[in-house]
Amino acid sequence: MPPSTAAPERFQASQTEWDRIAESKEFRDLMATKKTFIVPAIVVFVVYYFALPFLVGYAPSFMATKVVGVVNLAYLFALSQFFVAWLIAWLYVRAADKFDTLSNDIIRQADSGRKGK
Amino acid sequence: MSTPLVMFLGFIAVTLGITYWASKRSSGQSAYFAASRQIKGWQNGIAVAGDYMSAASFLGIAGIIAFQGYDGFMYSVGWLVAYLTVLLVVAEPLRNAGRYTMADVLAYRLKPRPVRAMASISTLTVSTFYMIAQMVGAGALVALLLKGSGISYRTAVIGVGLLMIVYVVFGGMLATTWVQIIKAILLMAGTILLSLLVLGHFHFSFSEFFSAIGQVTYHDKGQVVVKDFLQPGLRFKPPYGALDLMSLGMALIFGTAGLPHILVRFYTVPDAKTARHSVVWAMALIGSFYIMTTFLGFGAATIVGRDFISTHGGTNMSAPLLAQSLAGDIFFAFISAIAFATILAVVAGLTISASTSFAHDFWTAVIHKGVERKPGEEVLVARVSAFVIGAVAISIAILLGPTANVAFLVALAFAVAASANLPVIVLSIYWRRFNTTGAVTGLAVGLLASIGLILVSPSLMAIDPPTVTGTARHLIQAKALFPLENPGILSIPLGFAGAILGTLLSHEPSSEHKFNELLVRSNTGLGAEKAGAH
Repeated sequence: MPPSTAAPERFQASQTEWDRIAESKEFRDLMATKKTFIVPAIVVFVVYYFALPFLVGYAPSFMATKVVGVVNLAYLFALSQFFVAWLIAWLYVRAADKFDTLSNDIIRQADSGRKGK
Repeated sequence: MSTPLVMFLGFIAVTLGITYWASKRSSGQSAYFAASRQIKGWQNGIAVAGDYMSAASFLGIAGIIAFQGYDGFMYSVGWLVAYLTVLLVVAEPLRNAGRYTMADVLAYRLKPRPVRAMASISTLTVSTFYMIAQMVGAGALVALLLKGSGISYRTAVIGVGLLMIVYVVFGGMLATTWVQIIKAILLMAGTILLSLLVLGHFHFSFSEFFSAIGQVTYHDKGQVVVKDFLQPGLRFKPPYGALDLMSLGMALIFGTAGLPHILVRFYTVPDAKTARHSVVWAMALIGSFYIMTTFLGFGAATIVGRDFISTHGGTNMSAPLLAQSLAGDIFFAFISAIAFATILAVVAGLTISASTSFAHDFWTAVIHKGVERKPGEEVLVARVSAFVIGAVAISIAILLGPTANVAFLVALAFAVAASANLPVIVLSIYWRRFNTTGAVTGLAVGLLASIGLILVSPSLMAIDPPTVTGTARHLIQAKALFPLENPGILSIPLGFAGAILGTLLSHEPSSEHKFNELLVRSNTGLGAEKAGAH
């Protein structure tokens, strides 16, 4: 075994080949598909999450409004965060199946391109 | 022998058995550092949950809710939502492009030596601070739980430290992973049982439970107080409470995705898709657990009461005391053993991520310019450094003593992860222009800003009355210069600003050229490290 930390069977390619893949239509489609899901998802969860400390911190009497018995808006909003987080995660996993299909096509093309040489 | 001690010993026996089994499968880099990347998605998900749900969550959150009601539950929310950042932003690119540490991803397009050196310093800082907080807590707790067995704080710290060293040095990532899995299952089982018992106490009636929370009675300065514990504001008070809450939220949401011991877990699975599924598994467990802190915390507030907890070990004992009052000594022993398992598993996870970073990033890449002089050297260095890190953590924990004010170390670990690690990970994956100078300045500014702001925060700066003595006293006896306990709201923007300014003020065309390679690798998984031992 040569005295190297490089993994033996790792996919290597020339700079031009990486550039070619990065600029291919397939790869740009993948990035666009990812972006249409991931960017809005991040915005939604960040806004929804920070609304909680913001409202609890700056509108405590509003958040103390009782809804059912002593259960107030603050507790229900906090509890809802768990379900919203799970929902976004579930939606992401569904969307990511599409990402996988697109990435697998790109990997297959790159591999066959190399074997053809 | 007391029942808690018997249960502790049972857990130790099982985990040492696993370590022996794992030690025969842990030769070679990929096996030792990444469990040969053959951990299944659900297993890694449970292990991530195990790594994350520390004693601070199990005992700490239950205690904060028991004493300060709703405001404690705010912590619970942030701990889960933070996993969306892990899921959407870092887990898959990291698995696709890296090998053993977070610095692997940075080193792709940037100059490896300066970047790995800084990343390694940041990783070691986060891990050792977090570890010392856990060890001090562990020692105090174990000594308290085993009261009557003649086990002192010092013995407890040494015991916990030695066990974690054995798991990591001999069993590597495989043993550490299984210790996390067992601990997480025990923790979930204990929490579910305890929650059911709390509900049972209120005749399985939510309205009875919540109306009890609406009027929690305790003594404060000799006066009887009745408070609605679902009302916000018992912990975070004006003028800075609201800002501190936002700042804490930022540190959790951006820090979790920068915690080295969580990030390395994604290298133990075969591919990015499995990494994704493991985050979802982790979110299911972590979310259910934190929802149940409602029963643990409010249960302790209503059934045991602040007065009793204060005189029987303090806030951290809320959950074990709740167990005792609901189901007697055997259940108290069971919950105590879970707390012990929790601490052990978390410190083991921290140790392996710190020692991996030292061996892989610092020893091989920085000192020896990326070339292992002999096969197996990197793993050997990791084993030795795990031993050294463990010994250092044991010594510091003993020097500080059981009453040391260490809660700020956890806040510090999250602040550094959020302000130093996360900005450079995100920018290196997503910003073409990013370069080595930016990474180094970003890591340095994030690290220094977090440490600096914590030093002058109320956690370390305050004027104590003369009755407070020793290490429980604040380090600097003066009014705090920075009013918040959590520096995130300022240190995170500073970390990003450092990274961006450093980049804009320098030129490194090679980093921009190599961006396409990292972009393709991290987004498609082309050429990602495969599972299997070699």
